Amino acid sequence: MTQEKKSVLEARGIDKYFYNPVKTQVLKKVTFNINRGEFVSVVGKSGCGKSTLLYILSTMDTAFSGELWMDEEMISGKPANYLAKLRNEKIGFVFQFHYLLNEFSVLENIMIPGLKLGKFSREELEHRAMEKLKIFEMEEHALKKAYQLSGGQKQRVAIARALINDPLLIMGDEPTGNLDKKNSDIVFNKFKELAQEFGQTMLIVTHDPEFAEGTDRIIEMEDGRVISGQ
Amino acid sequence: MNWYLIIEISRALMTARLKQTLVAAIGVTFSITMFVTLLGFMNGLNKMLDGLVLNRTPHIRFYNEIKPNPDQPIDITKEFSNSINVIRSVRPSTSRLSIHNSESIMNTLEADPRVKGLSPKISAQVFFNVGTIDITGVVNGIDVDKEAELFSFQDYITTGNYEELKQTNSIILGKGAADRMLADIGDVIQATSAQGNKIQLKVVGYYQSGLADYDNSNSFASIETVQKMLGEPASYITDIQVKLTDLDMAPALAKEYRDIFEIDADDIQTVNAQFETGTSIRTLISYAVGITLLVVSGFGIYNILNMMIYEKLDTIAILKAIGFNASDVKRIFISIALAIGIIGGAVGLILGYFACLGIERIPFETEALPTIKTFPVDFNPKYYLIGGIFSVVTTYFAGYFPARKASSVDPVDIIRGK
Repeated sequence: MTQEKKSVLEARGIDKYFYNPVKTQVLKKVTFNINRGEFVSVVGKSGCGKSTLLYILSTMDTAFSGELWMDEEMISGKPANYLAKLRNEKIGFVFQFHYLLNEFSVLENIMIPGLKLGKFSREELEHRAMEKLKIFEMEEHALKKAYQLSGGQKQRVAIARALINDPLLIMGDEPTGNLDKKNSDIVFNKFKELAQEFGQTMLIVTHDPEFAEGTDRIIEMEDGRVISGQ
Repeated sequence: MNWYLIIEISRALMTARLKQTLVAAIGVTFSITMFVTLLGFMNGLNKMLDGLVLNRTPHIRFYNEIKPNPDQPIDITKEFSNSINVIRSVRPSTSRLSIHNSESIMNTLEADPRVKGLSPKISAQVFFNVGTIDITGVVNGIDVDKEAELFSFQDYITTGNYEELKQTNSIILGKGAADRMLADIGDVIQATSAQGNKIQLKVVGYYQSGLADYDNSNSFASIETVQKMLGEPASYITDIQVKLTDLDMAPALAKEYRDIFEIDADDIQTVNAQFETGTSIRTLISYAVGITLLVVSGFGIYNILNMMIYEKLDTIAILKAIGFNASDVKRIFISIALAIGIIGGAVGLILGYFACLGIERIPFETEALPTIKTFPVDFNPKYYLIGGIFSVVTTYFAGYFPARKASSVDPVDIIRGK
């Protein structure tokens, strides 16, 4: 682990409890660090807390104890609106079930986080969105509605959307979990490409060992603890 | 705040659920249409019915009443001031019907800024001589121009031109009286005054107020004609009718001048109290019905937005995940509600206007109301303003609670729940 590299995301002693139906500790003193440019995967069996950890890291779940640092700034305990802005600007999401907005076209789906950020004009964003689509060879589908795409295509669009604001970090929650082998490979190759060609920092939760093998570093979790790779 | 984006997202959500959105908007449209139509129609009728009496009724009427003198000599005598005095068979004294010093009273009233205008009048009992029989009647001597200006006299002339009344020895007969006398326009009729003077009068028009009793006995002539008929000088006036700038001041003003001029004064509130009450209650009922309609359509919007939020939980979750905060989500759903309210309301106002135009075309002819040919509708912009404001306010509140619920959706719950 190179210490001179800048830290993008750091978890310090994160504890998380579920209270329903009984109090159970799902995360136990989770501590690790991700540096700029790393392609990290989190693996573990179902129920080991890896998804829960991802939601905490994504700032959407704020009910935990411990410290969360992003871009060398402590973000645990910040107000919800600040975190929403942070998510918009610095984090790109890819979920297992694609989660595109069906009401919008592919291009608009990609543009929305950018429009929300308001850093670029609409024309610039359109141009940028097309460029992102080109990375994923999806440019001919730009004007289709999201629901007209296949699962693999949706997931590629979702990754393109995650990239629109040039995020510090891309987080994926089993991005290939819902895809067949062929699409899964396409999506994986795209992640790989992003890591190698663009030096994109990525944190991907997966239980696909093949996917994990292809990443720079594997964080392995078991029963709410990180057992290797921190 | 990027309102453009929020509106764009609202619009996309609405078009995705176009049918539901339309149903909600139609609910608003319907209630606003009904609200405007109901108020317009109700107030049109109100105004007409009130006008029937109020237009023609002076706000204050000054006159001399024939009555026994309240100050009997025995009450003034010191000797009997402490005793109970009983006088039997008191009779009215020989007081005059005419108003004493009428000219200076009129000048004083004219100078009062609270007075909009006044019109002198003479009421004279006459017999119309038709062949061998006499028909009793009242001829009202009026100042034609003032009567037209203040009391819409011309509206009640169903045949003939009121201006012709300015010529001496012309008369406008009440429709009932004319029918009984079989008097046509241009005919000359003969009338005998209570003093026995006979006079020839030319019929120049018919008057129909809608109150049959009134039309059977009342006719109109110029003030000069009546003075001549009675053999009285030009200062002879029995009534002074006053219109005020503000109707509500009538009782106070009547009391004030009653004491100054020492004559009788009736104010409109005392004479026609029931009209005011009827009007305000009818208005109240139409507002209540209109507002009920709007509230019901508000519940419709509330339901539809609630359903929309359940259907769009995924969308809300993803918006939150990509950086929209709670108030952005709230704004999106409130924009939807307001869009439904504004569009539905605007269409409702237009349809309401058309409905009013339609009602105004419906024939409504009745013997009692000669000047009314179609249903009366009030197009006061006030109702459109109230309807517009109300549609926006109710939809805002109907949208506020679902929007608040949407804003508190926890994206983790939704994403994890899949």
